[in-house]
Amino acid sequence: MQIKPIIGLEIHVQLATRTKMFCACPLEFAAEPNSRTCPVCLGMPGTLPVMNRTALEYSIKAGIALGGRIARFSKWDRKSYYYPDMPKNYQISQYDLPICSEGSFEIPKPDGSTRPVGIIRAHLEEDAGKNLHEGLDHTRVDLNRAGTPLLEIVTKPDIQDADEAYSFCVELQRLVQWLGISEANMQKGQMRFEPNVNVAITDGGVEYRTPISEVKNLNSFRSVRLAIAYEINRQVEAWKADHDYTLAKKGKMNFGWNDAKEATEFQRGKEESHDYRYFPDPDLVPVTVDDATLARLGAEVGELPLARQRRFIDTYGMTAKDCEVILADRATSELYDDAIAQVADAKLLTKQFVGIWNHLASARQSTIAGLGVPQVSVVELAKIVADGTISASAAMQVAEKLCEKGGSALEIAQSAGLIQERDESAMQAWIDQAFTENPQAVADALSDNPKKSKAAPGFLRGQVMKISQGKADPKLTGELIEKKILSLKC
Amino acid sequence: MPAPIDESQVRHIAHLARIKLTDAEVAAFGAQFANILKHFETLSEVNTDGVEPTAHPLPITNVLRDDEPVEPIGVEAALANAPARETPYFKVPKVLDQETA
Repeated sequence: MQIKPIIGLEIHVQLATRTKMFCACPLEFAAEPNSRTCPVCLGMPGTLPVMNRTALEYSIKAGIALGGRIARFSKWDRKSYYYPDMPKNYQISQYDLPICSEGSFEIPKPDGSTRPVGIIRAHLEEDAGKNLHEGLDHTRVDLNRAGTPLLEIVTKPDIQDADEAYSFCVELQRLVQWLGISEANMQKGQMRFEPNVNVAITDGGVEYRTPISEVKNLNSFRSVRLAIAYEINRQVEAWKADHDYTLAKKGKMNFGWNDAKEATEFQRGKEESHDYRYFPDPDLVPVTVDDATLARLGAEVGELPLARQRRFIDTYGMTAKDCEVILADRATSELYDDAIAQVADAKLLTKQFVGIWNHLASARQSTIAGLGVPQVSVVELAKIVADGTISASAAMQVAEKLCEKGGSALEIAQSAGLIQERDESAMQAWIDQAFTENPQAVADALSDNPKKSKAAPGFLRGQVMKISQGKADPKLTGELIEKKILSLKC
Repeated sequence: MPAPIDESQVRHIAHLARIKLTDAEVAAFGAQFANILKHFETLSEVNTDGVEPTAHPLPITNVLRDDEPVEPIGVEAALANAPARETPYFKVPKVLDQETA
């Protein structure tokens, strides 16, 4: 018996506009219920929706980044259903002319390669409000969310397993944040997932397909992975118990996800499925996208995160761990990319980003670019370490000061007394002191025991650094120690 | 001629619209639906080969606004016409999540 999961994803991404999709009500998380509403999003008769230009442009950018075809002509349709969180009794959506279709999105595989997942479509629609009925004998309705712009992305059933679905969702979150079109904050429900799962079972030369389960409204990467794995297992077991448990006989079913039980729960079968009666919205005129707009938005999309990651690995010798830090957000990766042109040593710059800058950013709950340290200072700090003006360890102190009050890295290092001493007479004094205070190490350095004579100079160098409080140039110190040992041998 | 509208179709449409109909209304609307469909049957006699589907009757596209917030009307005004309220919420009969789309 062979089992092949067939998985597609529907993902709703809330666009990071300031206002709603068809009215100018501000979008604000956790505002007082119904305080962000107006006659348009309340569904009052006689009102006229007007499309938000930014929402449209964000959706086009997403479509370009997903490698899709952008519709040069698209329109708005009404999807009818009656529910108190949708006061118009229809949702404005795109039915037959989505803004984007036929795309393909590369996702990373654990072995470092990538794999494309087909995108069927991405369309714009408005979100519904919220019904609240926990512990009540009635329902409360908050329409603040009604009319929030959503991008619905539908993949082909190309996804092979729960882990791949997981990495798709993670990579998509990175993409929309990278593009600046969504905060994609899970806690705020700005990214919601609906996997479609079934299984092709080949048994005795016959292929059976289990009914497709649509798992509704998952709001974490973890629940996406768990729900898919759960469904694959459940469907195979259901088919084993009853070979009539097939798509042909049972159709499509909806399931909810119980996070506490880590199990899906049956909601309804196909006979109860909705009849949405889509038709073009007469209140909204169609949208056309011209060449100039497409070119402008395409330029703003630029290099995608995964492509940039590949380039950074190939060109700058980054590791996957380096990439996690430096490509965590677009601005940081651009700061690095711009700085590298002026810093010859990529390894050193990478080390400073991953060590120093990332450390400071985490402590301030910011991104590296968000620290606000200008590119010129980032470059300067790398340069003064590269040429030995300050030590690698002193760079942290300088970076901290750069975060706090800005200024010149060199001046900060000077006023903090962090400039490495390279004056030979000053250094000679530290070295002489180290030799006087550590006779055993000197004896070891002069001994015939190769192990001891090899280790001793390093120890002495450490002592010099200590005596000089880190000011001694480590390279020069090493050279002077070697010289002194040699002179003692003679 | 379009297929006649039977009672169950009328009841289905009424259910989708969350409207309760009496038996007499079901019969009356059934007849009216049939008339409406007959009208469309007449329209469908027109040869539309090679005619682009109309997305909108007006020859206008791209009516867009800038993403600039405007002060909302406020909770009091929003709830003013509600048959029932539990300020700052609208209050409606209990609905179950399972019914969501």
